[in-house]
Amino acid sequence: MRALLSLLVLMPAIAFAQTVTRDGVTLTVQQEQRAEVIGDQLRCLVCQNESIEGSSASLAKQLRVIIRQQVVAGASSKSIMDYMVQRYGIFVLLKPPLSKLTLLLYASPFIALVLGFFVAWMARRSRVAPPAPLSDMDRERLERLLKS
Amino acid sequence: MFALPLGFVAVGGIGFYTILERMESDKYDPHALPSPLIGHRPPAFTLPGLNGGAGFSNTDLAAPPRPMLVNWFASWCLPCAQEAGMLDQLAQTGLQIWGIAYQDKPDATEKYLSQYGNPYTRLATDISGLTAINWGVYGVPETYLIDKTGIVRWRWAGAITNDVLEQGLNPLLAQYS
Repeated sequence: MRALLSLLVLMPAIAFAQTVTRDGVTLTVQQEQRAEVIGDQLRCLVCQNESIEGSSASLAKQLRVIIRQQVVAGASSKSIMDYMVQRYGIFVLLKPPLSKLTLLLYASPFIALVLGFFVAWMARRSRVAPPAPLSDMDRERLERLLKS
Repeated sequence: MFALPLGFVAVGGIGFYTILERMESDKYDPHALPSPLIGHRPPAFTLPGLNGGAGFSNTDLAAPPRPMLVNWFASWCLPCAQEAGMLDQLAQTGLQIWGIAYQDKPDATEKYLSQYGNPYTRLATDISGLTAINWGVYGVPETYLIDKTGIVRWRWAGAITNDVLEQGLNPLLAQYS
């Protein structure tokens, strides 16, 4: 009973002390998760459509190490992102922030929508009116013509 | 009625054609990144030289007598070897080029320099590559133009070709000398 009680008391500590080692840096599971969230948002500069987390380039590995070292040192996620942007520019962010440079990019869906409505309106306006329905006489004549 | 969408397709087509055309003639590289270092001084660093030689630090770059280049290179980098002739040529015109060997074994760097020529006025080694990260270097070769006030004015990622020299570097050298 006593052993069980002490185990119960120790359990949170054991859970917290559970560590992983990634790229040579040892950190807790929570810290590793935070590091992964940061790394997933950063572009690998070598293979530019991969994230730092997903890339096997040596620079990406080095940046993963830096992220983890800073996480262990207690740096906030924002300050780690700022560290990367300061060195590599906003291009390092896989999701670019809204700025003068990216305004057109973010506005493009709305521009496309407005253009779509405009084209639809133009198409509607220039549509030829459908012909009047056939009268009984016309229908009879049509049938005659089709049969002959 | 089709004029409008057709117009957009045409504009898009011309746009794509221009991009491809400029990529073909080396005037546009979609992978090139603007360096946040431009308009600023290089970050603080002190790097050792090659095999016990004197290295240099950011304070040595604070006020060069004339505009100069800092070239990041490595013996394992193929475009660096392709660029070596160009750097020699530039060094002969009196332009100072300081080299930083990036993540390279000192002996390999030494062998590389004896093989491809040494255009560097001064030489430092960044074996860990951590100074390179502070500079925002993402591959070698990379070349930075530093003006007389120690401010970075230009960064080129990749080998310096004749086109890069004529369209990129030479006008800036004239402007800042």
